[in-house]
Amino acid sequence: MPERLTGIGVSPGLAAGPLLRVAPAPRLPEPAAVADVEAELTRAAAALSAVGTELRRRADSAGRREAAAILRAQAMIAEDPLLRDTIAEAVRAGRDAPHAIADAFAEHRRAFQAAGGHLAERVTDLDDIRDRAVAASLGRPMPGVPTPGYPYVLAARDLAPADTADLDPELVLALVTELGGPTSHTAILARSLGLPAVVSCAGTLAVPDGTVVRVDGASGEVLTDADEAVVAATRAAAARSRRAGRSRGPGRTADGHEVRLLLNVGSAAELRGEEAAGAEGVGLFRTELLFLGRNTAPGIEEQSRAYAEVFAAVDSRPVVIRTLDAGADKPLPFLDQAGEPNPALGVRGLRIARRRPEVLRTQLHAIELAARRTGAEVRAMAPMVATAAEAGEFASIARGAGLDTVGVMVEVPAAALRARRLLDEIDFLSVGTNDLSQYAFAADRQCGDLAGLLDPWQPALLELIAGCATAGRTAGKPVGVCGEAAADPLLAVVLTGLGVSSLSMSPRALAPVRAALAAHSLADCERLAALALAAGDAEQARAAVRRAARPAPD
Amino acid sequence: MPERTVAVGSTSGLHARPAALFVEAATAQPVAVSVRLPGGRPVPARSMLSVLSLGATHGTEVILSAEGDGAEAALEALADLLRRNLDEEPADA
Repeated sequence: MPERLTGIGVSPGLAAGPLLRVAPAPRLPEPAAVADVEAELTRAAAALSAVGTELRRRADSAGRREAAAILRAQAMIAEDPLLRDTIAEAVRAGRDAPHAIADAFAEHRRAFQAAGGHLAERVTDLDDIRDRAVAASLGRPMPGVPTPGYPYVLAARDLAPADTADLDPELVLALVTELGGPTSHTAILARSLGLPAVVSCAGTLAVPDGTVVRVDGASGEVLTDADEAVVAATRAAAARSRRAGRSRGPGRTADGHEVRLLLNVGSAAELRGEEAAGAEGVGLFRTELLFLGRNTAPGIEEQSRAYAEVFAAVDSRPVVIRTLDAGADKPLPFLDQAGEPNPALGVRGLRIARRRPEVLRTQLHAIELAARRTGAEVRAMAPMVATAAEAGEFASIARGAGLDTVGVMVEVPAAALRARRLLDEIDFLSVGTNDLSQYAFAADRQCGDLAGLLDPWQPALLELIAGCATAGRTAGKPVGVCGEAAADPLLAVVLTGLGVSSLSMSPRALAPVRAALAAHSLADCERLAALALAAGDAEQARAAVRRAARPAPD
Repeated sequence: MPERTVAVGSTSGLHARPAALFVEAATAQPVAVSVRLPGGRPVPARSMLSVLSLGATHGTEVILSAEGDGAEAALEALADLLRRNLDEEPADA
């Protein structure tokens, strides 16, 4: 029976193929009596050797030297002759292979933990090798990402960086997880690899391994038991969107209405590549990277060099740089913010300047210096602004530092409601839909259970964006969107209809968004936006717009 | 019994790559080589888990010992490997 599962689409694209799960760690069965000692010895030795072979294979295919060395050292643990002897001894004394393996590892685990320091940190590696060997001795798949040798859809409860370190993007068609939100590791990884992905998709773990599924990373829909017609249609659509991926030029509706297509970046590296070359500028340059894990703030010269690197890479296109957006889920040691009862509602973003005004001033001076050195067209933007007064204060500090064009992010509903007043103080607005959802719906971004409320198709969120766009048109000032919402081709059409003047996204999302805009006139966009605003919830809004939208031309 | 005392030269100590190279080299020797910390219990140098469990860091002195034909040459080869900073050398060396 085909079944429709719904999660949150966090990385657009279509894919169809057999679903395979990340195998969980095996549970040890009850100890069994050993009838045939020789057979049990073979079983234990074969399990260890299978783990050694698998880890060596992974070492050989690991790109980074460091990762390869670690995997090779792990293989040698599985192949350790002393470990093999200890296990064989236990089997001869009547322990079954899985238990003999688990016991031997438990002993070494205790020794590692007792030693402390670097060895204690390696306990997880031991556990991983143990889980693999126990699984192999039970005839079960080894835990971790499957390597079936053919393309498949990877499913998991949630994916941790350790699970995906050696994931092969050539073989993985899409990612689907039962848990996780739009900012989870899965979402970030999928976008960086350009894989369609759906997170927070209830029912994923109940789908039997090998079931052919169709994944829509834009709508968040996962169709199980997809038949051949669906698979063929999906592959054709994926090929179409790859062709659309070759669309070029600025963002335009079918009748020539301009919507600037911009990039979200965190470093100059993300500006390389053909996809990024098609953007009309940078709509969000995140500056947190430079500050992460530091006990002292970077100085003006170091900051300026880092910003100049990005400004130079943008190469005469305009760039919007966001001042430090720390706090909440991005704590920084040097800000010494320990002990906030509720960081998401605490001193974060621009609010840090209340306590540490010098951090903001230094950063704005570094930005101005980098702009002067590179001749780039730079606009400064503050995160987490709630009032027109805050916007005005930021504008005066930034202009005082020599930056002429100044904007703020709209992530707080209060700011969206007062967009007109904000625009009296500043030159542009940029809506951060991820945080605006969180604050408008009182739903933590990290909480997978509330993912439906954080869906960027929620009509209430669209209404807040519409208010900002209308204020922008009245004032004759640009209002863009730089959250996840901008990267969904269908939603990009709706946002254009609401009056948004620019959309900022990751490089891979540019082409599909460009193609979707080109397939609709401005009047179409406005009609679809009205449908979305009239809907009862996110799902209804998405369904209504999808029914009425035009497919991108082949 | 022939012995060699040598200080670990690798920056990271006897961990990931240096440990792997050492254990591989010990396995390739014609004689069984054991390794111990001063005052510690000797463990087989061809056992990865035992070598890791020494917890030897950069500069830690370890004592290698072996017996039989080729013991001297084996100790010389392994002592030489331990002395080097294997973290600084190219992977294919």
